[in-house]
Amino acid sequence: MKDLVIIGGGPAGMSAALSAFDCGIKDILILERDSHLGGVLQQCIHNGFGLQKFGEELTGPEYAFRYEEKIIKSGIEVKLNTMVLDITEDKTVTATNPHDGIFQIKAKAVILAMGCRERPRGALNIAGSRPAGIFTAGTAQKLVNTKGLLPGKSVVILGSGDIGLIMAKRLTLEGAKVKGVFELMPYSGGLARNIQQCLNDFNIPLRLSHTVVEVHGKERVEGITVAEVDEKRVPIESTKEFIPCDTLLLSVGLIPENELSKSANVKISPVTNGALVDQNRQTSVSGIFACGNVLHVHDLVDFVSDEAEIAGKSAAKYINNDLSDSTEINIFTDGKIRYTVPQRITDLTDVKVYFRVNNIYKNVNIKVTDGINTLLTKKRPKVSPGEMESVTLKNDHLKNVKELHFSLEVV
Amino acid sequence: MYDVVIIGAGVIGGMIARALSRYDLKICVLEKENDVAMGSTKANSAIIHAGFDAPVGSLKAKLNVQGSQMMESVCKELGVKYIRNGSLVVGFNDTDLKTILDLYNRGKKNGVNGLKILNSEELHELEPALSRSAHFALYAPTGAIVCPYGLAVAAIGNAMDNGAELKCNYNVKSITKTDLGFEVSSYTEKVSTKYIINCAGLFADEVSALANDSSFTIRPRKGEYILLDKECGKTVTHTIFGPPSSMGKGILVSPTVDGNLLLGPTSVDFNEKDNKDTTQVGLSSIQSKACEYLATVPTGKNITSFCGLRAVGSTGDFIIESPQKGFINVAGIESPGLSASPAIAEYVVDMLKDSGIVMHKKKKYISTRPSATRFRDASLEEKNKMISDNPAYGKIVCRCEKITEGEILDALRTNPKATDLDGIKRRTRAQMGRCQGGFCTPYIIELIARENGISFESVTKFGANSAVITGKTKGNPNL
Repeated sequence: MKDLVIIGGGPAGMSAALSAFDCGIKDILILERDSHLGGVLQQCIHNGFGLQKFGEELTGPEYAFRYEEKIIKSGIEVKLNTMVLDITEDKTVTATNPHDGIFQIKAKAVILAMGCRERPRGALNIAGSRPAGIFTAGTAQKLVNTKGLLPGKSVVILGSGDIGLIMAKRLTLEGAKVKGVFELMPYSGGLARNIQQCLNDFNIPLRLSHTVVEVHGKERVEGITVAEVDEKRVPIESTKEFIPCDTLLLSVGLIPENELSKSANVKISPVTNGALVDQNRQTSVSGIFACGNVLHVHDLVDFVSDEAEIAGKSAAKYINNDLSDSTEINIFTDGKIRYTVPQRITDLTDVKVYFRVNNIYKNVNIKVTDGINTLLTKKRPKVSPGEMESVTLKNDHLKNVKELHFSLEVV
Repeated sequence: MYDVVIIGAGVIGGMIARALSRYDLKICVLEKENDVAMGSTKANSAIIHAGFDAPVGSLKAKLNVQGSQMMESVCKELGVKYIRNGSLVVGFNDTDLKTILDLYNRGKKNGVNGLKILNSEELHELEPALSRSAHFALYAPTGAIVCPYGLAVAAIGNAMDNGAELKCNYNVKSITKTDLGFEVSSYTEKVSTKYIINCAGLFADEVSALANDSSFTIRPRKGEYILLDKECGKTVTHTIFGPPSSMGKGILVSPTVDGNLLLGPTSVDFNEKDNKDTTQVGLSSIQSKACEYLATVPTGKNITSFCGLRAVGSTGDFIIESPQKGFINVAGIESPGLSASPAIAEYVVDMLKDSGIVMHKKKKYISTRPSATRFRDASLEEKNKMISDNPAYGKIVCRCEKITEGEILDALRTNPKATDLDGIKRRTRAQMGRCQGGFCTPYIIELIARENGISFESVTKFGANSAVITGKTKGNPNL
């Protein structure tokens, strides 16, 4: 029996553990499948991490190490090379590692912090051959940054998510020729600063409303066919163009890894592909919390750490029977706002609600109503799907409120 | 000098090699690719057909029904996954009903047991996910699913355990008649043999022509498939066929033995024997056809798509015959070739016996092979025993399919040894799950390199020029 078991030792898991620890919970176990703590940050050797959290620019490993040091100092128990195989609704965790074999632990509370995975080629139905030389951007990043191996010399990148942009720069610095980044949508899904620093600064073309329709090459990729897409995202035949290359990188979306959450009967949002949570980041299963990219995909690790702190604190309160649920407010969105996290509020307290929009909009009013009365508006000059937004609802806003509606008005 | 050389290490070559390895024969299997099961064997519907499709009196019909009856015990011996899930040919209109009745009658004549025509109520009770416009079906309880490449790997592995040899990357370029039999050459290596069995799949006509028999041709027929996430694996429990046409059995919707959902194949005649490209048209036609069968089709759950080529022979039936003494063609083995494979193997053994070769049963024949899934299928206690004996079984490498380092090392060390990434995939399922190798590929590259004492850059996806890594980074100290 453990007070708190945390699944995943990446930025979310470490931050959640430390915040629970600071709240007095000492009987904590972190289960990490990799041989080191840090999760995906280990391979993110570029800088730009920590601006919000520490007010300085750190690399991924540096950011992770700030937390790892504290974990070591705190004496929080960590099991590395440990893969969780199952979690039940009553919070029994089954895991395996070479040292302990397959073992079970019952926990008072569980924090899900498994992160996300990349969408593979098959999800896009890209036609053509299946040669060597097709990688997700994250796999390529791992090869280059942690193994010192180059996945290719002449590269086309599909998808302008942040990892794709970062790999465009990284591979260029390693001497590869990046022939272009192609994006299905009419806008990039990546951060504006990454488009500037990773593409524009290196003269790498970004072609919006384009996609890869075919892969060529029997043994190794020899080229790809790209095409422009119409407003329904259907490739336009007459715009097909062959681009010779030996490598195709895919940066076409991240999927929260919730297979374990599902085994514990945690309800999953079809929009975020992560758990539905309240302001404590508690899922539909009492005592199971979620944070980080397993909950919804974040742009900045700083936000992951913040979210994980909430989950850690809440889990500590839960373990101490101190988590109150004084109300039940469900949050609805208008579609222009795709989703919010949390999706429901269970206590009258100040709540920062994060959300993402479905398109680029300029000069907008973000409006929060209770169905009748407007509780709050916030002006923004520009919002885009690639950048998470937030509003803070005050305790006062929530009194006598049964539901909240988030909408976007283009001024 | 070998007694028997088998050309082609697909499921047919493999099953024949296994059947012959019961006897005191010196056997060699020649394969032009870097691994076994690289042709039609690795990309097909993975179905054991009941046997109602093939024309009455054909070799296809006879060997299909026999093979289907043998398959379960063969799979058990070889530790290969086999599930008798039953198949349904569903019909939507009167024309389909007529076709289904024809199939029923043909099946009866072919000797298929248990066939039944289901009405709408019975059909939807059996498969609630089917479209309401499916009104009736032919139910074949003996229909089954299997892992086809698993079967080929296991059959060849078992033959090797019984002394057969396997030479990969051996592309047969010439066959010369000698006093004692034949000399086979790849231009870089020659082997002599008394007998040749041609199981070269798509290329069986070309191999036959090398031995001066051009009496048949093989044409490739493309079949594209889409594989869905295991989340969708229980959408249907039976294999669902639409009514057949002249181009084959139509698109099917089927669970796989590993728990995914398989949609496909398309059916397009083609000229290039090495073109396994999927097409936009093909993939979208599969999607739309699946929509006709199923009440609701899972969306956004595709994890991969692929294309296989069926080896369609010019005679319309399996071509299993001996054009000259010592040379046997086993050609045109399109569907139901996989289903028939154990029966084809016995049929060829009998042909060899009749041809006068002396065949004594081995005293120490090993009829079984340890299952590649023995760790996965073990009980918790057994697993913990295996982990304490070998901690590599405690380390998960492929997260999605939960495949351990121990299982990957087994695949690298067990006959026929995997030497490339796809070989690991077919033997263990690592890289075959929902992330399609995104997480585990770098580590598997390391394992292959370490185990075989080769550089990372030498590790390939499937042999030849399919190296995965093109070089080292600037800062790599091992530059």
